Amino acid sequence: MREYLLGNAAIARGLLEAGVGVVAGYPGTPSSEIIENIVDLKGEATLHVEWSVNEKVALEVAAGASWTGCRAAATMKHVGLNVAADPFMTLAYLGVGAGLVVISADDPYCHSSQNEQDSRRYCQFAAIPCLDPKNPGEAKEMAAYAFELSERFNIPVMLRPTTRVSHARSDVEVSDVRSVNRLGRFIKNPARRVALPVHARPLHSELLAKQAILEEALESAPWNRLVLRGKVGVIASGIAGLYAEEAIADLDEEISVLSLGTYPLPKKLIIRMLEHVSRVMVIEELEPVVEEQVQILARTVNPNIEILGKNGFIPREGELDFLLVRNAIARMMARPERATLASAASGILPARPPSLCPGCSHRATYYAMKKVFGKKAIYPSDIGCYTMAVNMGTVDTCLCMGASITLASGIRHGGEEEGICCSLGDSTFLHGGMTGLLNAAYNKARITVTILDNSTTAMTGHQPNPGTGMTATGESTVQVSLEDLAKALGAGLVETVDPYHLDETIESFARAKEHPGLSVIIARQPCVIKARKKGARPKSFRVNEDCVGCKNCVNFGCPAIEFDNDAAKINMLCTGCGVCAAICPANAILEAI
Amino acid sequence: MRTSECDMVIVGVGGQGVILISDVIGRAAVLAGKPVCGAETHGMAQRGGSVINHTRIGCRFSPMVASGGADVLVALEPGEALRYAHFLSPAGVALVNTRPVLPTTVTAGLAEYPPLDEILAPIKAQCGRVTTIDAITLASRAGTAQAMNVVMLGALSRYIPLSEETILEALTQVVPPRFLEANKRAFALGKAEV
Repeated sequence: MREYLLGNAAIARGLLEAGVGVVAGYPGTPSSEIIENIVDLKGEATLHVEWSVNEKVALEVAAGASWTGCRAAATMKHVGLNVAADPFMTLAYLGVGAGLVVISADDPYCHSSQNEQDSRRYCQFAAIPCLDPKNPGEAKEMAAYAFELSERFNIPVMLRPTTRVSHARSDVEVSDVRSVNRLGRFIKNPARRVALPVHARPLHSELLAKQAILEEALESAPWNRLVLRGKVGVIASGIAGLYAEEAIADLDEEISVLSLGTYPLPKKLIIRMLEHVSRVMVIEELEPVVEEQVQILARTVNPNIEILGKNGFIPREGELDFLLVRNAIARMMARPERATLASAASGILPARPPSLCPGCSHRATYYAMKKVFGKKAIYPSDIGCYTMAVNMGTVDTCLCMGASITLASGIRHGGEEEGICCSLGDSTFLHGGMTGLLNAAYNKARITVTILDNSTTAMTGHQPNPGTGMTATGESTVQVSLEDLAKALGAGLVETVDPYHLDETIESFARAKEHPGLSVIIARQPCVIKARKKGARPKSFRVNEDCVGCKNCVNFGCPAIEFDNDAAKINMLCTGCGVCAAICPANAILEAI
Repeated sequence: MRTSECDMVIVGVGGQGVILISDVIGRAAVLAGKPVCGAETHGMAQRGGSVINHTRIGCRFSPMVASGGADVLVALEPGEALRYAHFLSPAGVALVNTRPVLPTTVTAGLAEYPPLDEILAPIKAQCGRVTTIDAITLASRAGTAQAMNVVMLGALSRYIPLSEETILEALTQVVPPRFLEANKRAFALGKAEV
């Protein structure tokens, strides 16, 4: 049976049809829907699926399960792999029990990310095989194959979809979910499970020795396809292979094509291509991983071959598309390029940037924060919806998960004398902020840390976290107290406020500012989107004739407030938080009766 | 050479129901036994931002439509129609819902939202045909303003190589049963607009 599936749903299907027993991950665009689909599709299957606290934790949980003989997978976005890099590198040495698959979804063009790193480089670095799908169908097949490969070679395997695979849809063949028997047992074997130097040295030799046989096995994988035609060739990896095939069909040229989907790369296929053609273009998104290999192989196989790629034909940043690839190939073939049309909107149409939702409590928290700390204060921030508040002047940094607290500490220790108030969400705090808070307390950083607690992981689609009292499957569990955590980690002053109560929030920030040590403000109000879904009935507000047109409420930036005919107006988007009424100096915003 | 049977781009503002239209089309194509692919916007851009969805029927290649390549542009918001009009092929058709959603840059008084005529003129210069539809009014007449996207789906159904029967079967898979009748009425009203 075929279904129209999102790439991430196809990956979830692949894992389930392969009999995965444990799936752990941390949400991050474009990877989040894999776990959500596992939860939706698992039915009666007894597998364990969890949102872990962060990616390092997720990979370690998956590794432990694999070592009991249970097929396991860890999911994350590319930058999450940085967090999981520590276990990732050494798991390559220690190997697996049952198959272990690491899914790292890359985001060329930074659609929803802070950088566009290439996970294939990590695989080269760790000597771990990588499968690079071109569409949802391949992603599903590869997810299942990854387990076999992992088991056959006793090594973790990476599946690396990109945004245009994870968030693509296509018709995909599906079959039944395999029910699993989770009766894993951990078998003690210190030589393979304890990475003491005495064990690590021979395991490193073993890992290196594996590479040649891995390459041999992957040579015949169905995702590597060589079609020899004319004396000009194209070598393309992952989704670039799809763009190249479409471009060649469109141009109707006799070009030899090698599509690649596996790493270590199939050298024999590459050599056959290099022996056949006199000119070859290497097409891949981001890093020249394939191109470097082609350069090395060409030196011995065909030193006179002309190699085109990142040398002016294919960009090393951003994402590729059909037209870009078509035009690169057209240039190589001395054919006319097709113009890429630009949007006609510029100059006519106002921008529509993503913004904090109407009624979002983060806006109120930031308003109060800035009122107390002032324009000159330093506001390190973090990864989440709240980064969109950059226009409010309370987001001075965004580096990586949890870095708001540690950057704030460093800024203080570097000599900065202004007030420092950093902010991060509840999920981000639990993911990577706790160690930073502990460090700030231990090393006496005089800063204020604001935990924007909307009781969910909002940006990535409202996944639960340990502060919500609910697991990935919706079961109730321990609800961790952020207040107790902050105190236990050494914060001197810990206060909780409801940001919708603006006066109380301002007073609390004022106490934090005066506090001589490390202070923590927990600004707690459920995410408005979640509250609405749970059936919250908003109050409604209106602006009366006392409005003086001062624009204080408009500048607050809530999409529910408009400015029309020299007066403010509240539109249908209002969620009834009432914060604008507290801001209005003329008391012109009132609850509608 | 054509590499797809029918290419469409569906645009709007996060939350308007762009994905539902493509999901119905995709499912209908599967029911009809045609290969189909597409690409959608998730994550940060969904928060009130501009969203674009590509759907290609009878296609085994890239999930994205190339600029200048769309047979149909479906816009749930007029400004977004203009933002993505460059995707239209000169022989393409634009279906535009006329009701604007003001961006925060406009509600805050930092920018002006242009009149409908100014938005449509460059689109008319881009393609053969532009059809404007007051989809919210039609959806309200059908029983729920929420079905605005299904009104637009009804209009779109005139231009794609899938039967009405198949599209309605796919719609039934996607819409909750209690809203199905209103959605079917919305579909018919949209279809009657073109």
